[in-house]
Amino acid sequence: MREFRYERAADPAAAVALLAAEPEGAFLGGGTNLVDLMKLGVATPDVLVDVRRLTSAEITDLPDGGLRIGAAVPNADLAADRRVRERFPVLSQALLAGASGQLRNRATTGGNLLQRTRCPYFTDVTTPCNKRAPGSGCSALEGVHRNHAILGPTLEGPGTCVATHPSDMAVALAALDASVRVLGADGERVVPMSGLHRLPGDDPSRDTTLRHGELITAIDLPALGMPSRYRKVRDRASFAFALVSVAAAVRVVDGVVDDVRLALGGVAHRPWRATVAEEALRGRPATEESFAAAAGAELAAAVPLRDNAFKVPLARNLVVRTLLQLTEDPR
Amino acid sequence: MTTMDRLVGAGVARIDGPAKVRGTAPYAYEQDPGEPICHVAVVQSTVNRGRISRLDPSRAEAMPGVLAVLTPANAPRLGHGLASDLPVLQSLDVHYQGQIVAVVVAETSEIARAAVGAVAVEYSAQGPDVVLSAERPDLYAPDKLMAGFETDSVIGDVDGALASAAVTVDATYSTPTQHNNPIEMHTSMARWDGDRLTMWDANQGPHTIVNDLVAAFELERDQVRVISPYVGGAFGSKAFTHPNQIVAAMAARVVGRTVVFELSRQQMFSLVGHRTPTIQRVRLGADADGRLTAISHEVVEHTSRINEFAEQTATPTRVLYAAPHRRTTHRLARLDVPPPTIMRAPGETPGMFALESAMDELAHQLGLDPVELRIRNEPARDPERDLPWSSRNLVACLRTGAERFGWAGRDLAPGVRADGRWLIGTGVAAATYPTRRRRAECRITGHGDGRWTVEIDGSDIGTGAWTALTQVAADALGVGLDAVELRIGDSALPFAGGAGGSTGMTSWGSAIVLTARDVRRELDEKHGGVLPPRGIVVKGGVPGESPHASDWSMHAFGAHFVEVRVDRDTGEVRLPRATSVYAAGTIVNARTARSQFLGGFSMGVSMALHEESVADARLGHYVNHDLAGYHIATNADIGELDVHWLEEDDPYVNELGMKGIGEIGITGAAAAVANAYWHATGLRVRDLPITPDKYFRELGAG
Repeated sequence: MREFRYERAADPAAAVALLAAEPEGAFLGGGTNLVDLMKLGVATPDVLVDVRRLTSAEITDLPDGGLRIGAAVPNADLAADRRVRERFPVLSQALLAGASGQLRNRATTGGNLLQRTRCPYFTDVTTPCNKRAPGSGCSALEGVHRNHAILGPTLEGPGTCVATHPSDMAVALAALDASVRVLGADGERVVPMSGLHRLPGDDPSRDTTLRHGELITAIDLPALGMPSRYRKVRDRASFAFALVSVAAAVRVVDGVVDDVRLALGGVAHRPWRATVAEEALRGRPATEESFAAAAGAELAAAVPLRDNAFKVPLARNLVVRTLLQLTEDPR
Repeated sequence: MTTMDRLVGAGVARIDGPAKVRGTAPYAYEQDPGEPICHVAVVQSTVNRGRISRLDPSRAEAMPGVLAVLTPANAPRLGHGLASDLPVLQSLDVHYQGQIVAVVVAETSEIARAAVGAVAVEYSAQGPDVVLSAERPDLYAPDKLMAGFETDSVIGDVDGALASAAVTVDATYSTPTQHNNPIEMHTSMARWDGDRLTMWDANQGPHTIVNDLVAAFELERDQVRVISPYVGGAFGSKAFTHPNQIVAAMAARVVGRTVVFELSRQQMFSLVGHRTPTIQRVRLGADADGRLTAISHEVVEHTSRINEFAEQTATPTRVLYAAPHRRTTHRLARLDVPPPTIMRAPGETPGMFALESAMDELAHQLGLDPVELRIRNEPARDPERDLPWSSRNLVACLRTGAERFGWAGRDLAPGVRADGRWLIGTGVAAATYPTRRRRAECRITGHGDGRWTVEIDGSDIGTGAWTALTQVAADALGVGLDAVELRIGDSALPFAGGAGGSTGMTSWGSAIVLTARDVRRELDEKHGGVLPPRGIVVKGGVPGESPHASDWSMHAFGAHFVEVRVDRDTGEVRLPRATSVYAAGTIVNARTARSQFLGGFSMGVSMALHEESVADARLGHYVNHDLAGYHIATNADIGELDVHWLEEDDPYVNELGMKGIGEIGITGAAAAVANAYWHATGLRVRDLPITPDKYFRELGAG
């Protein structure tokens, strides 16, 4: 762990200005991921700007029935909020499916979105990794990759990367059409969740479309108005990253799918909004056959590796079962 | 001795509990040597096999706060005759990835860790050879197995009996590399006063560590003291000396100050051992009634280039069931891996997974209840040593367990029970572990005021030995718990072997009982049965194995019954309940014993469903080298566990009839889980752990 400076700023704009002048600096939220990466030598910021007390730790109602979540809201508080549990159960369930009680107390909403992949080669500085050391190669492609991506990876060239995004919360937010409020040197902008996280493309070192020094200040959830659910499959019953997870919401009118939201976790470099499946389902009968066909259509794009092909039937089954549970037993 | 049995057997609360809960029980890292402590961090090889071609410590040496950088070029020379990985920094050769190639000593741990990154090292290396297979041409038969067992055993005509058997099973099972991972990482704090070395250390037996420090630094025994009152788990990884003790002592000697070396969690995967992976072919032959005619158990496992650790994997097969024709073999491959070591019932744990899975497969072929199959093959005598059992109550464990679990009326067919999307199954397996005793010495001091001090270099690695030994001593002396002050965990105390092989209580407890008898005899003969005002001191102990050990076969037994649920959509496995019944002789402390049984079984569940150190065949390292990647069962993975033990009076094993309970809980547990998984799904996963990907693989869908 190399030495670094620790800074606090008076307000968010000052924090943004401070980091803009520090190309090797980073914002510090709960530190539950960044500090680990610093200990491992994966992250080597020379300045940490603590933003935990700068952004809001409040959850406020929006006029349309949605919610605004301050970036500093702890994951535990967000999961426990009555409005979240009643209107967006998928989000509360996703949060509670992640990490541990201690980590959820510490981790922030903004930081959760920006956590980095847990690919074991990314977190080990002795191994090649295009995300950590661009151009060094992807160790996972031919190595240990049972829990790596099946959708949207880069399988050749200097951008090769088969890592997955680790966040459960982000999968729920993707399904909920959340938008992320971001403060930069040029002022505030709003980034839709669908535009926040990237596929590896030719530059897997970048997880998101945020520019250096931009600070997440809040997340807006538009009203949902349909039952929703999160289901996560992992190697043990608690405290493990997803093999595959699904965030789903569906409204059925007269036996027909009126609206649906689907996002998958554990399958791609970003939370995977299953737009192909959603399109295939709208206006179709809410039956197991429709759900299976839609899941199959989405997963037709899957490019499994040597040891992670099981994620294809697992994701298919998970989509079908979760939609069935939502339509048969909506809560 | 009218008070005998007053305390032994009672569920006395841990006497070390309050101090541990308050954080005042000093573990190795928390000891206060009375001066500022320097910190060690180590540079580890990134190649598996080769030689250091360049090593430049100059940038690290120049960092403020760095006191020394030790390398093969400047490290003190160590004495000869050290085991395997202990000659740290004595050569430029590299034998495994993670081998220590340089040691930084600094004022703080942060500086030491930063300086590690400033040491430049280059290697000339060969590609790693880390993949075990049963087809390797370099497999060889070791001279002996761990703990002195014979490499092979052959009785009768196994192949002929298999060829003529009415029913046979021929299946290959495998278990992966596993790492012990106690909560407390290995920690050694070393301080030299002139030529005398004091080490506060996390280990399973201080005397063991002293032996290696004496050899490494060419000292006399009275120049070294190892102090280890509290140890935060070990599971075998702290049984032997590892590089951490050598490095701490070497660094302290060079800088002339107290030095502490605490491993990182990642270093637990390279510096302190692991369990070998195993590939086990089991063949069973039986007549139509399910009576075994032949048992063959052939084991392939690995060891390192620099040590020979031959895990005694098939040895439980020599004990468990009757069969006239029988064979067990062990073959090793030397790979470019760190030295394997003892882990959680070495031998029995992987071996029982294979044997007890095969018995389940045989029961299915016979259409026979797997409990009944085991009962039909109960041997009247030890089937390979041809000795009577000192006591053996496996059948009683099976019957009692079946009753407690509700086994009666179980449907034999697999894959036919469901609750919603959950497939439900139940499974059974036996448990067994040998009973041994080792040399142990003891000193008991009676003080004039009626208090007693009992001293023995026993070791409490979290097991409850502090409490159980105090109970044994109080009963043996005929006094209350409060009258006994126990001293353990210090090489300055009378000699005892370490906590391993489930021999702690059988050895230390016996030594205390026999020494207390000497105390009472001396009181009767010299002092009229009354403790004299000036007190007395009596030394005693046990020389080693029970005098009956060569005439009787001594083992503990048990049986596990498990319910498993498997999600038919996802392959997720849940274990809502289990019953384990043991016959393990005298149980000294009902409370801490129950905890050990619970912990052992939970480790078995963890082995069945989670634990696997995954090696990268090209890069040569264990990829998932932290507790985020190396999964251990969480509380949420363990359902309701019903633990029970039978009264068992064994007059042959030792003075108190104890069999040792530290390890039997894990043996057979993984097989019980795997058998229940098969019963739930109809899928037989023979390669642990049983993770969701294997569910889809067995379905042919992924």
